[in-house]
Amino acid sequence: MIKLEGLSKIFPGHTIPAVKDLNLEVKEGDVCVLVGPSGCGKTTTMKMINRLYEPTGGKIYIRGEEALKMDPIKLRLDIGYVIQEIGLFPHMTIEENVATVPNEKHWPADQVKQKVDEVMTLVGLDPNVFKSRYPSALSGGQRQRVGVARAMVSDPPIMLMDEPFGAVDPITRARLQNEFLRIQERMGKTIVFVTHDIDEAIKMSDTIAVMREGELIQHATPSDLLSAPADEFVSNLVGRNRSIKRLHLIRINEILEDVNRAKPISEDAQTEEIKKQLDQSDIRTVIVVDRNNKLKGIIGVNDLKRTTGEVAKDYCQDVSDTVTSDATLNDALSVMLELGEGYVAVVNEDDQYEGTITLGDLLNVVKEDN
Amino acid sequence: MLQNLWKWLIIPLIMLGIGAAVVIYTVNNPTDSIVARMLTYERVFRVIREHMALLLVSMIGATIVGVLGGIMLSRPKLYYIGRVAENIVNIGQTVPSLAVLALFYTVLGLGFRVAVFALFIYSILPILRNTFAGIDGVERSIVEAARGMGMNPFRVLTKIELPIAFPIIVAGIRTAIVINVGAATLATFIGGGGLGDLIVTGLSVHRDMIIFTGAVIAAITAIFLDYMIGKVEERVVRWT
Ligand SMILES: Nc1ncnc2c1ncn2[C@@H]1O[C@H](COP(=O)(O)OP(=O)(O)OP(=O)(O)O)[C@@H](O)[C@H]1O
Ligand SMILES: [Mg+2]
Repeated sequence: MIKLEGLSKIFPGHTIPAVKDLNLEVKEGDVCVLVGPSGCGKTTTMKMINRLYEPTGGKIYIRGEEALKMDPIKLRLDIGYVIQEIGLFPHMTIEENVATVPNEKHWPADQVKQKVDEVMTLVGLDPNVFKSRYPSALSGGQRQRVGVARAMVSDPPIMLMDEPFGAVDPITRARLQNEFLRIQERMGKTIVFVTHDIDEAIKMSDTIAVMREGELIQHATPSDLLSAPADEFVSNLVGRNRSIKRLHLIRINEILEDVNRAKPISEDAQTEEIKKQLDQSDIRTVIVVDRNNKLKGIIGVNDLKRTTGEVAKDYCQDVSDTVTSDATLNDALSVMLELGEGYVAVVNEDDQYEGTITLGDLLNVVKEDN
Repeated sequence: MLQNLWKWLIIPLIMLGIGAAVVIYTVNNPTDSIVARMLTYERVFRVIREHMALLLVSMIGATIVGVLGGIMLSRPKLYYIGRVAENIVNIGQTVPSLAVLALFYTVLGLGFRVAVFALFIYSILPILRNTFAGIDGVERSIVEAARGMGMNPFRVLTKIELPIAFPIIVAGIRTAIVINVGAATLATFIGGGGLGDLIVTGLSVHRDMIIFTGAVIAAITAIFLDYMIGKVEERVVRWT
């Protein structure tokens, strides 16, 4: 889909190339993440793909067509672009900002409106709240999400995303990443994605391209990169704890079937039944759900002693955090560490209980790998 | 809505009222026969008309040429010329307006047209400089984002660069107006007419009342125009 051949860029007045003889192929529907230290040429590479910068050497093929021979305006209209500096238009409302590309493409007004609402919701910004605001009235993280919405509003088959989640907090970031992966599964766009966060790279990518000083050092799947880093530089970049990093690669729903699925009990269950379940549970906790299988809370051994009651809902304590089944094992681990518990409840989007992941399950996964 | 309109109009109306009151008072209560002869409604209206013509013609011309020139200088091909021009303009601004008029007089002679032309040239400077600086000041990343979204250079200019630079361009126009109103009172020295006529006449016959009338109207005109442009700008720019 995107193929870079011997791509080079030497900025006027510079002697050292910003990008040097870069060969890279990104297959249709793949997410290729560019990583590397600051100044290694990631942004420059991206800007050559949509021809904001003209390469000084080499070729770019997009769907087999030579990009350097295409009309740059047409090319860019079909490539969603999230610029590193966000670059929202300060004099336009959020709605107008997001509608930029559809307006350039002369879509009918009602279609634009509908689509703007749709993508804003997708990136977690309530259209009714934010649509008529100006960028100056948004936080950094919110602006960044507008930038992402603006890039994807016209459903471009190709997206260039330069550190799209750099300015959001870790929790929102994890949510956006999961949302991104969910959308990507459905849309199958071809994406070049830049990040400084190796964990993010491992989680989001089909392939990772490691760059240093304008050169491509290694281009491999995250799994291969973890198990066979090309050199010292790459292994340093990937860091230690490589087996823990693998937890990024596995989604909870991939292992949920195999783990000992702690059975939930109904909120009307009698004390006797709760006791019985507690005895069997290796986490010494039972999960309580309501009639619709929605997560109601948990009961630990102590809760049963401390409070008096008859049925499960009398004893049950609120759960402060859960994970969704499309989150990664690493997300599950973070939640466990945060809660200081050896387990975490897994729910689906409607908060319905799907299972429980324990620290032991994670250890097993890491062990199997080694 | 009506209340808004009222708010809009109150200050201009007050200023107009003050101006009218001053004119009516001084014309009807001349301190002596000289003042009575020099300060008639007919004369006052004539100089106001001349003054407005000087202002409007030179300002409209200067705005068009200044903005277009500023845009041209901000284009990549002329950008470096623009940087040089910006500095030359800054130096040009330090030449006193009287000197500019004198210069044009020696080259082009006397008359209304020469005065308009001199004012026009003098007013271009702040507008040209601010247009260039305003466009130049638009963040690079914003322009790059716009280009990256598939806007052609003309769209980038009209949808992004000019609207963002707009407040600065307007500030340039306001500066030009204020300078221009002052400089226009000097037009009388080269036969350009205008409110300067009253002031200079008053000076030569030592009658403060005539000077006062001319000066008050000139001041009110400057404040009035500046206020109106400020209001228009407020209307257009809602994002800061
Ligand atoms: N417009 C430009 N003119 C001149 N040099 C540039 C320009 N843009 C980038 N460079 C240089 O090219 C090199 C690569 O820059 P680039 O922006 O691609 O780095 P990056 O990998 O995106 O870094 P970061 O992670 O900090 O964003 C740097 O040395 C930079 O100084
Ligand atoms: Mg960069």
